[in-house]
Amino acid sequence: MSELTAPAPSRIADWSTMAARSMRLTSRNSEAILTSLMLPVMLMLLFVYLFGGAINTGTAYVTYVVPGVLLLCAGFGASMTAQTVSHDMSSGAIDRFRSMDVSGAAVLAGHVVASVARNILSTALVLAVAFVIGFRPHADAQDWVLAAGVLLMFILAMSAVAAMVGLLTRTPEGASGFSFFMTFLPYPSSAFVPVDTMPGWVQGFAENQPVTPIIETLRALLLGTPAGSNPLLAAAWCGGIFVVSVLLARVLFRRRVS
Amino acid sequence: MTRRPAVVAHGLKKSYGDVRVLRGVDLEVEQGSVFALLGPNGAGKTTTVKILSTLLPPDAGRAWVAGFDILRERTRVRRSISLTGQYAAVDEEQTGAENLQMMARLRGYARRAARARATTLLQQFDLTEAAERRVRTYSGGMRRRLDLAASLVTEPSVLFLDEPTTGLDPRSRLALWRVIKDLVARGVTVVLTTQYLEEADELADRIAVIDHGTIVASGTADELKRQVAETRLDVTFADPASYAAAVGKLAGLVVSTEPDELRLVTATDGSAAHIRSLLDEVDPSGTAIAHFRTRTATLDDVFLALTGRPAQPHDTKEPAHV
Repeated sequence: MSELTAPAPSRIADWSTMAARSMRLTSRNSEAILTSLMLPVMLMLLFVYLFGGAINTGTAYVTYVVPGVLLLCAGFGASMTAQTVSHDMSSGAIDRFRSMDVSGAAVLAGHVVASVARNILSTALVLAVAFVIGFRPHADAQDWVLAAGVLLMFILAMSAVAAMVGLLTRTPEGASGFSFFMTFLPYPSSAFVPVDTMPGWVQGFAENQPVTPIIETLRALLLGTPAGSNPLLAAAWCGGIFVVSVLLARVLFRRRVS
Repeated sequence: MTRRPAVVAHGLKKSYGDVRVLRGVDLEVEQGSVFALLGPNGAGKTTTVKILSTLLPPDAGRAWVAGFDILRERTRVRRSISLTGQYAAVDEEQTGAENLQMMARLRGYARRAARARATTLLQQFDLTEAAERRVRTYSGGMRRRLDLAASLVTEPSVLFLDEPTTGLDPRSRLALWRVIKDLVARGVTVVLTTQYLEEADELADRIAVIDHGTIVASGTADELKRQVAETRLDVTFADPASYAAAVGKLAGLVVSTEPDELRLVTATDGSAAHIRSLLDEVDPSGTAIAHFRTRTATLDDVFLALTGRPAQPHDTKEPAHV
């Protein structure tokens, strides 16, 4: 049966097929779209119009808060990935793919690519709305490219963490509990209010957690605030989180399937 | 060319912690035949299939599928097999056509060829009308058909079906049996697991009964029935008192009972002498027995005799909605 004899499948094609699959799946999950696209915009409006008046940051609050909202929406978008990975692991999908000699790495990478794509979309949406409500950064083209790079690093790192968590949790419901942690992280940071307005014991955490240097790097690029060592710290955090997540995911995946 | 077996397994063992799921499973499946692994829940059926389809390494033992070593030639095994797992592993949020195109892409088809292959399969599995609908809207039977179609994007030499009809209503089960028979007619070797005797009897050339991680019997359905004693004597009593007295009298010889029907089943060699002596024993006065009949043992009888438990009746499982 010549019709049924296919050429040896290529690994690169597997990766792109799996990425296309993940993107299609999330694009049809209305809850995912709502969470990763609408929620960040709504939160930004909430902060700017309801809380913003009472928060003194020395600049227009919308300008202060946009970098934080961008990271917040990366958290929302990535947390969805934990659920989709967890679903694949528990639904039998992973067995089907493995029996077709599609590697676990391809399946997971597909989810991460979809997560990044989803986040790029939500980031663009948040920025567009931000401009409409008065976000006025002072950045040239090079600053924008660098800022996009920083955001991409953060999105990639969060997506990798989410994929790893998806392997760790036994049910999609458990994975969704993880979104709380991911989306909580930006709050005790300089994302929404200056750190020096927080109680002393929170300041210690806020100043040294990964989100703060990333936000300060974005502010430095977009608003021209002093950068200091923040860009280096941001790169180290993102790179470190990504590498650790990938390594852990490898171990967890092997344990899950044997 | 000598026809080597499609599947050979020697001494497969697997434990999870203290739980010994497989305690040394040996199998041999002839090319082009249907092999059923029959056993209750938790007997080790799925674990055996997972090991043979390279998803799970055994703790001990060796196996060859389509002539390839499951450990050393994993990729070649994977290219020769298809697996349809216990739960329909198709994406609910993709359409039937999209699911099949994706599988075809993963099997190495170019985009256009993948589309064509999906169309053919949808036709073959009677899903053309539902092709553009999301799988979420499919019935249980349609899902299973799509799942099976997904396994057949390229024709495998060995097709593993893990409980292909569990949870299906009788009509969908019959439809799926027809599909499986068509595949076999085209020369595909099928290894299926089931907890339904009737399914094994209907589809399989050879059956292995697995219980607590070991194969307790194997052979054709007829051989198994013979192995356990070929003939059954069903005796129906006139009243509950004589029924109870007879069950007490025969005790260990009773194979099964149906108290509501006042019926007991016992084994016999089928000879007139043996049947006469059995009837005399339980009914010396000649008034207690309403009627009796002899019959060939069913696989249910075999299962009961081999595992000490009745087979799982269909209706204890939640049927899928259609």
